[in-house]
Amino acid sequence: MFWDNLDLLISGLATGATYALVATGFTLLWQTSSTVNFAQGDFVTLPAFAIIALHAAGLPLPLAMLGGLVAALIVLGAGFKLALVDPMLRHGMLPLAIAAIALGVAVQEGSKAVFGAEAFAFPGVPGGFDLGPLFINWQDMVTIAAAVVAVIALQLFLSRTRTGRCMQATAQNPSVAQILGIPVRRMIMLTFLLNAALVTLAAILISPTTLVKFDNGSSIGLAAFCAAIIGGFNQVRGAIAGGLLLGVVENFAATYGPDQYRAAVPMVLLIGFILFRPQGLLGRATERAV
Amino acid sequence: MTPVLEARGLHKSFDGVHAVNGISFAVHAGEILGVIGPNGSGKSTLFNCLLGQLRPSAGTVLLDGTDVTGMRPCDLNRLGVSRTFQLLQVFPQLTVRENLVLAGQEHVGTRIGRLFGRPDAGLTAAAERMIALFDLGHLAAARAGGLSYGQQKLLDAAMAFMAGPRLVLLDEPAGGVNLTMLGNLRERLRDMNRQAGATFVVIEHNMDFVMSLCSRVICIAEGAVIADGPPDAVRNDPTVIEAYLGH
Amino acid sequence: MMARASAGGLVAAVLLVVLAGALGFALQPYGIYLLSLWAVYTIAAIGLNLTLGFAGQMSLAQAAFVGIGAYCTALLDARGIPFPATLAIAVLLTFGVGWCVGYPALRVQGHYLAFVTLGLTTLVYLVMRNETWLTGGIGGVSNIARPWPFAHNLAYLHLCLAALLAVAAAMWWMLRSPWGRAFVALRENPVRAMSLGVDVRRYTLLAFAIGAALGGIAGAFYAPLVQYIEPSPFALGFSINLLMMVVIGGAGYFLGPFLGALVAVLLPEWLRFLQDEYLIIYAVAVILLLLFCPTGLLGLAERALARGRARGTAKAAAPVAAP
Repeated sequence: MFWDNLDLLISGLATGATYALVATGFTLLWQTSSTVNFAQGDFVTLPAFAIIALHAAGLPLPLAMLGGLVAALIVLGAGFKLALVDPMLRHGMLPLAIAAIALGVAVQEGSKAVFGAEAFAFPGVPGGFDLGPLFINWQDMVTIAAAVVAVIALQLFLSRTRTGRCMQATAQNPSVAQILGIPVRRMIMLTFLLNAALVTLAAILISPTTLVKFDNGSSIGLAAFCAAIIGGFNQVRGAIAGGLLLGVVENFAATYGPDQYRAAVPMVLLIGFILFRPQGLLGRATERAV
Repeated sequence: MTPVLEARGLHKSFDGVHAVNGISFAVHAGEILGVIGPNGSGKSTLFNCLLGQLRPSAGTVLLDGTDVTGMRPCDLNRLGVSRTFQLLQVFPQLTVRENLVLAGQEHVGTRIGRLFGRPDAGLTAAAERMIALFDLGHLAAARAGGLSYGQQKLLDAAMAFMAGPRLVLLDEPAGGVNLTMLGNLRERLRDMNRQAGATFVVIEHNMDFVMSLCSRVICIAEGAVIADGPPDAVRNDPTVIEAYLGH
Repeated sequence: MMARASAGGLVAAVLLVVLAGALGFALQPYGIYLLSLWAVYTIAAIGLNLTLGFAGQMSLAQAAFVGIGAYCTALLDARGIPFPATLAIAVLLTFGVGWCVGYPALRVQGHYLAFVTLGLTTLVYLVMRNETWLTGGIGGVSNIARPWPFAHNLAYLHLCLAALLAVAAAMWWMLRSPWGRAFVALRENPVRAMSLGVDVRRYTLLAFAIGAALGGIAGAFYAPLVQYIEPSPFALGFSINLLMMVVIGGAGYFLGPFLGALVAVLLPEWLRFLQDEYLIIYAVAVILLLLFCPTGLLGLAERALARGRARGTAKAAAPVAAP
């Protein structure tokens, strides 16, 4: 029983780690440019397809991954910002949110048109090792390790480098940052690029487990948003905590709860948090004022 | 005589910072009370505590001797308390006339009655009177969002008077308003005070405006009342001068 | 900005409905079906337009309300309860559920709300799919009877149009009333509205509940129209589709839903040759529309009209200015 649960915990943490990466990107976009990216989940699917296509075209896997990253930086980072967010944001958040929903539909239907409705295998790390009575997948270990490294690197970048600190200042208060002489526009662009890199990493880590299918983005995006809310929405640390918690809870609920309602787990968690702890796990309560 | 509005030992702290730190004062019927103080002294927080926008950490707010601490702003408004805001707060997509009707409609009849009653809740005439009073006649059908800053400020004040309130709290009504309009605004406030017997509490930085309008002034510094009395006495109070110069 | 609900808006709505009713006589059964679908979609979109367009509350739950209305009608019909009663029950049920969904809206706004309502749609869909004892699961409910004497396609179209007319007239009246003003105040500046005595809590809940009830009405008419329902039409995709209808027509315009629903019904027919690619084109078109005119088709028309009028006055003024 204990070992079964430990097994669930580890694979839950692995899933949660990828949620955390996607949620972190989500939070960064929200902080720096008030963009709620409803297409974030589909942003994970796209690089996965790009890597599969490049790999199938004969590129060795590492090169294909690099190609996928570059494509993501161009399309999901710079392209998304310049073509959609910049022109839409001045109309307010609602049109942008709806446009992002439409973008999600376009991405899903587009990838269905190109790749069809079947699920593609994605190369991962095969095998595993025995730890007592427990069999541990290498894939889970690699996922957790890569996510931890990425998160630590991100934190170091944000807190130790000049650019990172400028980004944080921009996130906290863009107008003050502007006055302080921080190149706010460049910092915002950097956030979009960072988000593109995070979703590509998440795509590489999660795809071997989930396979690659055109509509995977819906559930990943939802999970990422739930993770961001659970963690307190406004902070990177919260997004990570929320992602891990969600991954673990989902895994346990799927094993011990009714399987048909697996998709409901993030919802119930989300609604519960919004009603009873809207500031999230790590957030502090803010008062509604004028 | 029971004061119209009384604050007793109001406290409000944010993360350990005491924005309002034990404020007590009373406003009597017919008074125009000025509230002055350096920037960041807690004036706006005080207003938000008085008006239910923020819940005070400690202390009570009494309206006609009844405890209304933490009551919702909409319920307070229906008891005859209205306010203006420091930053512009009109409804930009509605016309000037519609802004005024909106400001009065919740005081007319019941909610269900309003759904089946007249579209303007019978307030068009009252709105037109208010429009004339505040010199906004040529703008009655214009979208509020298209008005100049000063005009919006006047509209904002007019909205606060629409429901015939007994007590009006004005947060920097003169800020950003040009001299002509300022005179207009002062006269309107005086009219309302004398004819309708409305009581005012006014936060203001413009000293001339405060001195010429108010019957009594309190000065707030670092979340506490440091002076309370007639305008001239407060202006010349050494602690008040100290508080301003110290900043 | 057009008035929330002008006399011209109501006249235009009546004309559209009468025109659709007359057109029914000239059409084949499939055309009649499409027109009936338009009427049903429009009712649901009018509801969402109240919640989203006028009161400014982002909701992705409208498909769930339509679904609840449809299942309520289908299941009660199977137990022999007459249509007027099932309709009333569907309205009350969705009003109640909508009211409850409004509660999170009191605590969170915008994007949070979008995801909460999205969550509700998913939950309702899962219940429809999994609780076979109640809903028939993926097998759905079949043989839903149309109310007497509207069994015939054309007669049922006219019934749907009559319902649309009644809903539109009631909405028109409400938007003109102080309630309509309060809903807009909610969207534009809730804090200020509160200070003017507008009970923001109550109006937010009302905006959700009434919008949901209209979704319920749409569902109640949808079930007998198609006579067979199963969970998939009420999934998230339909909520997004309804959202698009409101946005395409013009959120916050009285006539917006009529136009948006028309596009949503006709476009897939016209673009049938595109087959699977249709949704891509649709989504991209929505993005482009939002990019160039976030106020939708009616906003676009209004802008063109204003420009035309400006040119007209310029022309009228020209002879005076000319020497």
